[in-house]
Amino acid sequence: MTALLEVEDLHVEFRTRDGVARVLNGVGYHVDAGETLAVLGESGSGKSVTAQAVMGILDTPPAFVTRGAVRFHGEDLLAATDDRRREVRAEGIAMIFQDALSALNPVFTVGFQIEEQLRLRRGMSRADARARAIELLDLVRIPHARQRVREYPHQFSGGMRQRAMIAMSLALDPEVLIADEPTTALDVTVQAQIMDLLAEIQRERHMGLVLITHDLGVVAEVADRIVVMYAGRIVEQADALSLFRNPGHPYTAALMRSLPRIDAKGTALETIRGLPPSLLRIPPGCPFHPRCPRAEDVCQAEVPGQARLGLGRTSACHFAEEVVRG
Amino acid sequence: MGRYVLRRLLQMIPVFIGTTFLIYALVWAVPGDPFEGKCGERDCPEAYVSAMRDKFNLDDPLVVQYGKYLGNLLRGDFGLTSAGLSVGERIAATFPVTLKLALVALLIEAVIGITAGVVSGLRNRGFLDSLVLVSTLFLISIPVFVTGYVVQLVFGLQLGLISPTVTSPTIGNLIVPGFVLASLSMAYVARLSRAGIAENKRADYVRTALAKGLPQKRVVGVHMLRNSLIPVITFLGTDLGAFLGGAIVTEGIFNVPGVGGLVFRSILTKDGAMVTGVVTVLVLVYLLMTLLVDLLYAVLDPRIRYD
Amino acid sequence: MTDQMAVLATDRDRPRGLFGDAWHELRRRPLFWVSVSMILLVVLMAAAPSLFTSGDPGLAQLSRSRQPPSAEAWFGYDNQGYDIYTRVIHGARASIVVGVLATIGVVLTGATIGILAGFYGGWLDAVVSRVADIFVGVPFVLGAIVILTTLNAGGDAGPVRIVAQVVLSIAVLSWPVAMRIMRSTAIAAKQQDYVKAARALGAQPGRIIAKHMLPNCVAPVLVYSTIALGAFIGAEATLSYLGIGLRQPVVSWGVMINSAKDYLRVAPHALLFPAGFLTATVLAFVMLGDAVREALDPKLR
Repeated sequence: MTALLEVEDLHVEFRTRDGVARVLNGVGYHVDAGETLAVLGESGSGKSVTAQAVMGILDTPPAFVTRGAVRFHGEDLLAATDDRRREVRAEGIAMIFQDALSALNPVFTVGFQIEEQLRLRRGMSRADARARAIELLDLVRIPHARQRVREYPHQFSGGMRQRAMIAMSLALDPEVLIADEPTTALDVTVQAQIMDLLAEIQRERHMGLVLITHDLGVVAEVADRIVVMYAGRIVEQADALSLFRNPGHPYTAALMRSLPRIDAKGTALETIRGLPPSLLRIPPGCPFHPRCPRAEDVCQAEVPGQARLGLGRTSACHFAEEVVRG
Repeated sequence: MGRYVLRRLLQMIPVFIGTTFLIYALVWAVPGDPFEGKCGERDCPEAYVSAMRDKFNLDDPLVVQYGKYLGNLLRGDFGLTSAGLSVGERIAATFPVTLKLALVALLIEAVIGITAGVVSGLRNRGFLDSLVLVSTLFLISIPVFVTGYVVQLVFGLQLGLISPTVTSPTIGNLIVPGFVLASLSMAYVARLSRAGIAENKRADYVRTALAKGLPQKRVVGVHMLRNSLIPVITFLGTDLGAFLGGAIVTEGIFNVPGVGGLVFRSILTKDGAMVTGVVTVLVLVYLLMTLLVDLLYAVLDPRIRYD
Repeated sequence: MTDQMAVLATDRDRPRGLFGDAWHELRRRPLFWVSVSMILLVVLMAAAPSLFTSGDPGLAQLSRSRQPPSAEAWFGYDNQGYDIYTRVIHGARASIVVGVLATIGVVLTGATIGILAGFYGGWLDAVVSRVADIFVGVPFVLGAIVILTTLNAGGDAGPVRIVAQVVLSIAVLSWPVAMRIMRSTAIAAKQQDYVKAARALGAQPGRIIAKHMLPNCVAPVLVYSTIALGAFIGAEATLSYLGIGLRQPVVSWGVMINSAKDYLRVAPHALLFPAGFLTATVLAFVMLGDAVREALDPKLR
């Protein structure tokens, strides 16, 4: 069975004045209808770049896709024509961004920005598009949608803005929604509301949801499966439950130990020593080895392959079996 | 908004008084006899001079003189020149010509400047981009009177394409002087639009518009352009005010019968009433244009609120 | 994507200050070197014209009036029979002197007033801003004509007085621009945490301005002054061309263009050579300003 959306061996590099940065080095994941996939990683790990490559909205230059495939219903989008790619955007795969304030055009009303897709892509009349925009704002529970549809993004609060952004992404009923750190810019209380809304919409519409985040807490609540990224690679792939119970990669394990826990009150929080590697100079062998507590000689010499740890579970570590056993 | 406009109008009063007083003081403080040469080769008769001094209140202290002048102005009376012509009428005869020239220049500036800027902003670091950058550098560096003479020399005298002087101020005849007048600002408009496009090209909302599957043409033509042109349009607004006062050189080269020529002749013949009258009108226009531009800014950018 | 860039940015060589960074940027720009060489050449002309020509700029021979360029007179002769090449070389001095003095005047007054208005705010700022509005409201050429006609009415004047008048009129009409630039950078700098911290620690206002604000506010004014220098040279030429700026016995490019304009049809070379030098000089300063601005602004890199 082909997956709804599948990323395969994706390589992306940034050609900058200071050299070529290998931002993605063989990323692969898939998401099915009705499933929530969380993509977890620090900033710079390549999670957003992957999403932008899927959407086909990378800034080229400096970013270039050098290898790989993005399949939607089995069709390779990277090989498709520009027109076909444009068709898939918003109708097949839609995306919402971290900072809704800068992601919405400041000089147009929220309504205009929802309606323009309906009018251009669905050929709706002005009045019909307006009515649909109000329905969509209602759907994401923006109060007084009828009035607010005429307002500008800066007149919305942060949470309301992100709701409007979600409404906009739903306008053409996409099958996959990519949410790039949708709650990072928001207050903690609002974060939960937005996550609940996303989860609810995903269930009702049976969408595939790709949730990009660096926040383990967010992941725990909603994700069915999780991929962990580090330095442009997938280091671990697992269903949410197994990953939280026993992580299969030293990096994932370190991330979890750095999370505050109520049952460990009084003990010091652990941090991951060192910094993520510069993408201009990724260390040879396993890119995590300079920071890894378990690193041995082999880690500096050989890039680890994806070791299988059971059904749908992989880890890019030479000692995956031992790590998962704890 | 209403209160903002009112406050701005009130703020204009001291600026208006200050500017006109400055010019009034400078013009009438000229050492020497203001009526020298007004009576042909001979010195003016005593009676004439005293009549004139009386008429222009020259025996009052400067501030009182100015106060009387301002009083007349508020009643719409610009006074008479030393030769007895109505200043108001002369301004009314020449101002429309300069306005027409300024509008032609503004149109040329907007069309060429924005097109060049947008094209070069979209093609970052290509041949067209370099071409636009180099030509804006030259346009900024060549003083207007040099542009004027070179254009006149090449197109008027060598190629015979245009008549080197404007015989009647029709729109067609004003295109070349308008181009010369606009040349400097055109370069700034091109640079502003280029910078605006370059800045907005990588804006998050452009990425959103692309992610919505909008055609490239619409992303550029609607989303990017609307944001990039906000500073350009406000620049164009202030420029209209600047053109009206800055057309002296251009009008001189092409013999356009506008305000610039009038004021230049008046300064040289020390015709104080005319100079102050023209400057008063220009300052007023300039101040109103700046207010208009600020209001326009709020219309173009909904984030701006004046309260 | 911005994340990626941030990661890349941390990878740079050891950090330099803003100006060290700018200098590093400038050194690799050909435009910078082109403009600097042109400026050096013009400055050399102004300082030592005899290096370029042995002719006498004041020697007029009507017999050779309006002769076109030839082997012995590269740029030809003008209406009065002056050697244009010699006068173009000697004309550099007046243009450069006016440009430099006017820039110094504008930047010193404008920047000082601007930083004080920006730092103290309140009524000082309000008064200064309104006064600046008054001077900005007067169109430049118009204002300069009025000022210079008033000053010129004193009758015959020596070269020093003529130059001083032109410098003064340019400075009087242009200081608000420098003041506004400085004021807005000062207001922005005042909000910065390091200035707030200095104030919280009880530093004297004078010390805050000199030690904390000034070093962080000079960049925009510096860029402006480079471009302004070119613009003021152009302004001098415009005023001289109108017959109210520099005039005999001072030789400048504007003066030459003024005397050549009536013979445009018969002796275009008398106008084109000084106009060419004028344009090239202004261009050099504008290019330098451009290069410096781009080097100082990390966003443009």
